[in-house]
Amino acid sequence: MAITREEVQHVAMLFRMSLSEEEIAKFQQQLSQIIDYFQILQELDTEGVPPTSNPLALENVMRDDEPRPSFPTEDILANAPRSERDFFRVRAVLE
Amino acid sequence: MEHYNLTIHEAADLLARREVSSRDLTQAVLDRIRQVEDRVKAYVTITEELALKQADEADKRIAAGDAAPLTGVPAAIKDVICTKGVPTTCGSRMLENFLPPYHAHVTERLLDAGLVMVGKVNMDEFAMGSSTENSAFYPTRNPWDLERVPGGSSGGSAAAVAADECIYALGSDTGGSIRQPASLCGVVGFKPTYGRISRFGLVAFASSLDQIGPLTKDVTDCALVMNVVAGHDRRDSTSAPLDVPDYTQSLIPDLKGIRIGVPQEYFVEGMDDQVRASIEAAVKKMEELGAEVDWQVSLPSTGYALACYYIIAPSEAMANLARYDGVKYGYSNTRGDTMWRNMELTRQHGFGDEVKRRIMLGTYALSAGYYDAYYLKALKARTLIRREFDAAFEKCDALVTAVAPTPAFKIGEKTDDPLQMYLSDVCTIPVNIAGLPAISVPCGLADGLPVGVHIMAKPFDEPTILRVAYAYEQATEWHKARPKL
Repeated sequence: MAITREEVQHVAMLFRMSLSEEEIAKFQQQLSQIIDYFQILQELDTEGVPPTSNPLALENVMRDDEPRPSFPTEDILANAPRSERDFFRVRAVLE
Repeated sequence: MEHYNLTIHEAADLLARREVSSRDLTQAVLDRIRQVEDRVKAYVTITEELALKQADEADKRIAAGDAAPLTGVPAAIKDVICTKGVPTTCGSRMLENFLPPYHAHVTERLLDAGLVMVGKVNMDEFAMGSSTENSAFYPTRNPWDLERVPGGSSGGSAAAVAADECIYALGSDTGGSIRQPASLCGVVGFKPTYGRISRFGLVAFASSLDQIGPLTKDVTDCALVMNVVAGHDRRDSTSAPLDVPDYTQSLIPDLKGIRIGVPQEYFVEGMDDQVRASIEAAVKKMEELGAEVDWQVSLPSTGYALACYYIIAPSEAMANLARYDGVKYGYSNTRGDTMWRNMELTRQHGFGDEVKRRIMLGTYALSAGYYDAYYLKALKARTLIRREFDAAFEKCDALVTAVAPTPAFKIGEKTDDPLQMYLSDVCTIPVNIAGLPAISVPCGLADGLPVGVHIMAKPFDEPTILRVAYAYEQATEWHKARPKL
């Protein structure tokens, strides 16, 4: 298979997402099949071809840095699972 | 004919002549929803009270002589587009209880035009899918055959329009998510040029590919919605700072002087014979209408577009979906003993299978050691695909292909085989890779199931697409076919 069980776990952890044992087994099989399919791209001669990351070939879009009102804090915190005063609340990060 | 059967332009005529009120029209659509929704399951949220209030406001506007073509006409909005104070779930447990603190740009535009919103429509989770089976809530069913999928990811939008559960709808299209369900449900679905419509307030999936667009009952309605939602917005730096033409000026019933190309590579292996015959018949009809047709156009890199897309889209999705951390908004799992553990659990339990698969693919393609072989290679393939389109559009004004290789497939048929599911977007994906505009217009029935013809043009040449689509539609009866529900 194109991707090992350990790689599946490694990739999930790069994204900070846990997976069950069943999910690891299923994704190993499915992702391997899809990654094998990606090999078709190796047939393409891309020597000297520049990459396209945006179809409009936009340059950086700049604007003046003018202060303007932001969303009210209470509107933004209304969707927060946990908050305290003007902050999002999480488990302690530092010991 | 019932009021819920009306198109936008028919409804606008009746509203202007005061033969029907927006309230009556809205009530008719809400009654229709009540009648068929338990079979179709197009909606995630039905906003009856809001719709009736907006209808009353629209009636006042119409009485004051201040009506626009969309004023008072009931619409459905895909649940990936933010509506302030109305749930916007993205078809995901992750956002099941999310109430946007602001409207998307397109929602604002529609509200200014006199929107009556009857509800938010179902979709594959985070717009990832081709059948609407990836909704975390329930699959939507195809109104033409309730055992079949409506396509996806804008399956709720397409099914709601086809079932007359709204007069028009908005969807979003990253790899075919407007056009493929439009084709499978027998409605018109338009993906404009990348940058033509602001994505401010569209929940991000793949930022170099996503575009919002209308799903309507005919091409005239499509032009009317485009007139309202297209245009620059400083809140989306990728929206194009270009003037917007009056798209109704493109509704010309002949194709004299239009050069149409038929790229051979789009007649893919495994294409349904009846689909192929419908597309060929549609091109012949366009020829009769005055178009000059080149049947032998070639876009040799077409076969690489699917692999290119399934590297680029998941890579961008991975970066966009990293915002769901269980801290700022959305589902939050706190059974862990650290902040990091909670984030891991939140994502494990908040995301469905397909979203996880794509996150994994994107994270893999961008990870150390694989970046050059996959992601960078895909970006270079993207350049080749774009260049071939550029060359084709030097000789053709429009390219015509199938939208989907087969009509609607059975619910459950492809859910265990992700690669087979991905292949249902093989004809629509190249358009997003190149940022082009493209439409699906009904062009036939295969064993009683709708087939759509796909019309593409060069960037920002929406007028040519609408002209070809309109001339073809007016010369045929396919857009009048409706499912029996």
